[in-house]
Amino acid sequence: MERFAALLDALVVTRSRNAKLALIARYLRETRDPDRGWALAALTDGLDFPAVKAGTIRALMAERVDPVLWTLSRDYVGDTAETASLLWPASDHDVMPAPGVSEAVEILRATSRSTAPAALAGLLDRLDASGRYALLKLATGAMRIGISARLAKVAFAEAFGVPVDLVEEYWHGQEPPYRALFAWAADGAPPPRTDDRPLFRPFMLAHPLEDGAAIDLESFAAEWKWDGIRVQIVHAATDQGGETRVYSRGGDDISATFPEVAGALAEPAVLDGELLVRGAHQGGETGGAASFNALQQRLGRKTVSKRMLEDFPAFVRLYDALVIGSEDLRDLPWTDRRARLEALVPRLDPARFDISALIAARDFAELADLRARAREDAIEGVMLKRRDSPYVAGRRTGLWYKWKRDPLRIDCVLMYAQRGSGKRSSFYSDFTFGCWAGDPDQGADLLPVGKAYFGFTDAELKWLDSHVRQHTVNRFGPVRETDKSLVLEVAFDSVHASKRHKSGVAMRFPRISRIRADKPAHEADRLDTLKAMIADPVR
Amino acid sequence: MAEDFSWIRPEPAGLRIVPADVWIDPARAVGTALITHGHADHARGGHGRTIATPETLAIMALRYGVAEGAYPAPLHAPIALPGGVTATFVPAGHVLGSAQILLEHAGERVVVTGDYKRRPDPTCPPFAVTPCDLFITEATFGLPVFRHPPIGQEIARLLAARAAQPDRCVLVGAYALGKAQRVIAELRAAGYHDPLWLHGAMERMCRLYEELGVALGDLRLVSDAPKGALAGAIVFCPPSALNDRWSRRLPDPLTAMASGWMRVRQRARQRNVELPLVISDHADWDELTATIAQVNPAETWITHGREEALLRWCELHQRKARALALVGYEDEDD
Repeated sequence: MERFAALLDALVVTRSRNAKLALIARYLRETRDPDRGWALAALTDGLDFPAVKAGTIRALMAERVDPVLWTLSRDYVGDTAETASLLWPASDHDVMPAPGVSEAVEILRATSRSTAPAALAGLLDRLDASGRYALLKLATGAMRIGISARLAKVAFAEAFGVPVDLVEEYWHGQEPPYRALFAWAADGAPPPRTDDRPLFRPFMLAHPLEDGAAIDLESFAAEWKWDGIRVQIVHAATDQGGETRVYSRGGDDISATFPEVAGALAEPAVLDGELLVRGAHQGGETGGAASFNALQQRLGRKTVSKRMLEDFPAFVRLYDALVIGSEDLRDLPWTDRRARLEALVPRLDPARFDISALIAARDFAELADLRARAREDAIEGVMLKRRDSPYVAGRRTGLWYKWKRDPLRIDCVLMYAQRGSGKRSSFYSDFTFGCWAGDPDQGADLLPVGKAYFGFTDAELKWLDSHVRQHTVNRFGPVRETDKSLVLEVAFDSVHASKRHKSGVAMRFPRISRIRADKPAHEADRLDTLKAMIADPVR
Repeated sequence: MAEDFSWIRPEPAGLRIVPADVWIDPARAVGTALITHGHADHARGGHGRTIATPETLAIMALRYGVAEGAYPAPLHAPIALPGGVTATFVPAGHVLGSAQILLEHAGERVVVTGDYKRRPDPTCPPFAVTPCDLFITEATFGLPVFRHPPIGQEIARLLAARAAQPDRCVLVGAYALGKAQRVIAELRAAGYHDPLWLHGAMERMCRLYEELGVALGDLRLVSDAPKGALAGAIVFCPPSALNDRWSRRLPDPLTAMASGWMRVRQRARQRNVELPLVISDHADWDELTATIAQVNPAETWITHGREEALLRWCELHQRKARALALVGYEDEDD
């Protein structure tokens, strides 16, 4: 537990991603099975002890600490596990040496609701404050130390020099303490089986096409870039007869959110596509789809009402096939995979699946022309896929490109700035900007319309940072309010109506494209100008 | 009317000793002030007469310029004040020059601790337990979650972090009066004799400590450092400079902070501290409560800090106590 506790303590105060990766990787390399597997499960929220809850800790503390002193302490520290770890009284009798991670896990797994408090207390007695913190975090499963599951997997890959996409692929379906995974990565054992369960495979991603680059359409196929969410739909034949899962880009299982889609694939396959809602906003009346805003009504729901299913019917526009039947197609060229996909689609439910059409363009110039008109059809842009590209995880140079339509631009006024983190912790690098709610000369105010923390060079960041310091009028903790004298040209992909924002608008992917120190603030754009760019007025 | 202590009165500006018409650590300028120690929230300038230990007077002179009416109070020597009040300065162990003040009047003994700690500190004499009827204590770390680890353990962590990353420098945020010099002295005691580098704002106080007999070894200014000299070095700055533009000149600094607040992880995170060093010049919870028990006063008043919890402890232990809610004392970066 001492090593795991030291790891947590270091992670809590480490800001840099690389430093966090190095800490976790080192721990995984230098710790034995099964301790490291349990630790990894704890870091990726893969541990659950139903008998131990935050209430268990509170009850234990109530027996040992005056309730008033507990409440004052908890309010100050802000975290139940940490408060308890600091307040736990030293044991007055001899105790066994500190438990290891796996010993603690075994003890906790063996407990019931009624035996959990005594078991937990026995473990706490054997640990110091850091160890108690680690144990309580592990036991209650709520780490909240800023480590994502993805980060832990990248660290795992770094620790053993294996590709992170294989880690992602094999991870799914494995149970803590992940012995098979460690055996494969650390000791060169064969990888765990993946074909008998509906498992997630890492997505292939595209690089943005550089401005001015030209692509030979002999070697590349072109498709529209649809504005929904990228999904993978997987069906596997299992002992129970067959199971289908819908996964988001991050590998989260969203089958329950889209039951009509999950229920529509009945043969073994792994398919890649864009999840959309039926409509005519993107791409027109025939073969169109509703706006991203419409899809957003469906996202993040654990259960879906019948009404939702009727009002916002979802379907998948298929891009690619990774597996069909028992055959893994990922090493085949795109052309062959496309042919297999085209052969498959007629067998699928047309209400839930169609295929992303190829764009017929004679040459790149014609394609550029078509793309230039994409905004009229509310399409995000164009995808370019090398005809001989295998399906590889992640972003591989030279294979797939996304060529988004040109961004929209608007002149805003800098309103607030916040310090960044890590290397940027001494810089004001997160900028909130606004547009005029009316005529500034008639006394109209600025309303915040967005926030951006990229788009500028290092030199521009320095300049912006010193601007913020010299034009501060108010401070709120890490945030400074500026005198609203600086105009920033903001580029963004699209803007949508939003009830959540006071301005009534939400930008997609805003970034600072130019500093307009030359432009007086009252000449910045008005909110009406931004609202006129909304492509999908609220339905 | 024993144990009424009506001659000592908490007022918004501080503690007033009524028959002598003097104040202790007042928040505004007064005629006569008794000053427990040199931290800015206790030692303000502009009083008609200032009575404090010679070291505290030297610190105040450094900060505010030499003032008229400075009266040195040697430790343990009773001073007669008007109105039949006697004041005696007794070591508090907080920083160089820090003192508790024992006040005697009409057969009653009152001790005002100012800020204090119980751990050994190579830069000042240790806290002296002084029996009294009324104990007026601080409560900066008056929550049971605050238990400071031994300083040797924290110094070892600092040295280990430096050794582990020889290309970076360790930047230690430490209060410029007391904390910085204590950490420096402890580093020297641990056998670290390389030059230590200072932010410009710390130089004068360190020099004053040396003039007053506290050896700190080879100290240099960051602004004088030749290129490359700071890789692998330990640098001291005030906490406010930790994440400020000043620190950009340093080679990839590992940010450390020496403070009792570092005991709480979120406090360290909020300040972007990568190496929290739990080093405090205040008594921790166990020491605050043990000191009350040792001094064993008839009544305890709590001046500032997290007084609610200490008040609760007194209640649980059947001790008469009250919180004074004096204004002006801050949670310094300690």
